[in-house]
Amino acid sequence: MAKTESTFLNMVLVLTIICIIVGTILGGVYKLTEAPIAKAEKAKQEKAIKDVAPDFDNDPIAEQYTHELYAGTNENMILTIFPAKKNGILVGAAVESLTRKGFGGEISIMVGFNADGSIRNYQVLKHAETPGLGSKMQEWFRTDKNHQSILGLNPGKGEMKVSKDGGNIDAITAATISSRAFIDAIQNAYRAFMGEPDVHSAASPKANQNKEEKK
Amino acid sequence: MITYISIFITAIFVNNIVLSQFLGICPFLGVSKKVNTALGMGAAVTFVMTIATIVTYLLQKYLLDITGLQFMQTIVFILVIAALVQMVEIILKKVSPSLYQALGVFLPLITTNCTILGVAILVIQKNFNLIESVVFAVSTALGFALALTLFAGIREQLSLTNVPKSMQGIPIALIAAGLLAMAFMGFSGIKIG
Amino acid sequence: MNKLKIILNGITKENPTFVLLLGMCPTLGTTTSAENGMGMGLATMFVLICSNIVISLIKNIIPDKVRIPAFIVIIATFVTVLEMCMKAYVPALYSSLGLFIPLIVVNCIVLGRAESFAAKHGWFDSLLDGLGIGIGFTLALTLLGALREFLGTGKIFNMTLFPENYGILIFILAPGAFIALGYLIVIVNKLKSNKQ
Repeated sequence: MAKTESTFLNMVLVLTIICIIVGTILGGVYKLTEAPIAKAEKAKQEKAIKDVAPDFDNDPIAEQYTHELYAGTNENMILTIFPAKKNGILVGAAVESLTRKGFGGEISIMVGFNADGSIRNYQVLKHAETPGLGSKMQEWFRTDKNHQSILGLNPGKGEMKVSKDGGNIDAITAATISSRAFIDAIQNAYRAFMGEPDVHSAASPKANQNKEEKK
Repeated sequence: MITYISIFITAIFVNNIVLSQFLGICPFLGVSKKVNTALGMGAAVTFVMTIATIVTYLLQKYLLDITGLQFMQTIVFILVIAALVQMVEIILKKVSPSLYQALGVFLPLITTNCTILGVAILVIQKNFNLIESVVFAVSTALGFALALTLFAGIREQLSLTNVPKSMQGIPIALIAAGLLAMAFMGFSGIKIG
Repeated sequence: MNKLKIILNGITKENPTFVLLLGMCPTLGTTTSAENGMGMGLATMFVLICSNIVISLIKNIIPDKVRIPAFIVIIATFVTVLEMCMKAYVPALYSSLGLFIPLIVVNCIVLGRAESFAAKHGWFDSLLDGLGIGIGFTLALTLLGALREFLGTGKIFNMTLFPENYGILIFILAPGAFIALGYLIVIVNKLKSNKQ
């Protein structure tokens, strides 16, 4: 085939045709993958809820509700609570919680509670902490070693703190800020679950800004 | 106000686009042999990145989001950036020949500079508003220029030293970049506001 | 031209990472583990092969002056297709590669091969070229990823080889990427000069 000349008409024509074809193909692929993408996202959420919440027989995603913390301040956040019910009785919940006190910004955690407010399990959904340190969060706080584990603790009975701040939870070695942020997210989750009104001062200790603490 | 300062400092130092996000490595290694060229490239990137971010941001908000064609984002953005670079080149040539002379050689290289497309996509992902996006674009570009200039300074010195044969050129530059990245890690964790 | 030679050419003589030094951003940015490196390599290979085939098929229809924009549109299409498919079927890998998937569009390797190879050869040769360069890129990324994962966490492909506490964390952070790649290129250069 002869090479198409670079006339203005040819150029516009070829580019238009390419764009139309491309647009059609992409539209098609988008339609094809739309459902699987939504399904993959839902499956991920479902799995996270199932992992952390007590056994349930309802549909927590359908019954989800939100709770706003720190309303009116620039710290405000809206958390989603997925209630877990068995035979119609509330047995606990999974709370999609977050904190902005992380070393690298936001940390998002799915926290599971029993009905009494004790922590059942958790799963880190998203974080931007130092790779290799922050990612230890996923295992560290549920490893039954020294005072690492937070499973079974109840944030309602005494404030949770890392040992460096006078608490009784061991922070991740060399990642104190990430550990504090993690616990902050857990406490946010607890307060959202309990529907506790905003207690702004309680969960934002100034120590978070402590610059001496190097990661 | 404090948000903007925070975005500014974070984008330049803490999350430096080259040294901690790994975008724009090609120009970083390619045009960093002399401080002067590095400065020129930095200026050209700042210029294009700011305009490109504004245009792509508006397109995303007022065209793609409304028509539900978000999946066309990559194509639309790259075409806009490519066209924009061409336009900037033509306009500069007419309006300010002196500026064109300073930046002209770098402009064609910018289309394939992934920082521009990267920042355009990042501001959408981060849900910034228009002003935040502009601040983010400018400061990211400044961070790029800073890294490029510092690195060019180091490479000017490097070219005078005696380096083992297999390490000459890119390898030693990469290792020096590693050390520079290590220095920038000292900024991590800084928070304002 | 010998078909096998085209493939081998991409893996050794024109290896995009170690010899041509192209596509450095994903090379450094996604190789925190062997798995991520390999995922990125394969993703790029997919785009390379598809765009090479299509471009070599329609190269005569496209007027010379709008060559580059047309190529970019074609590449961007395949990148978007890839992006949607990854989101649907391998969401975990997609989220760990993140921004670097859409940025395949501006990866110099893809446009470079389109321009220097696919625009001059037939579709089958272009396919082989895409395959070769893709394999070369994937191998390089996997190697770099494995090295960084091994030094940083003591694992390769998530298999623990030595306890994590002995890992040198810096290698999975930004500086380690530059240094590890630098030394890999040194080794390649040394091997090359020994051969001569």
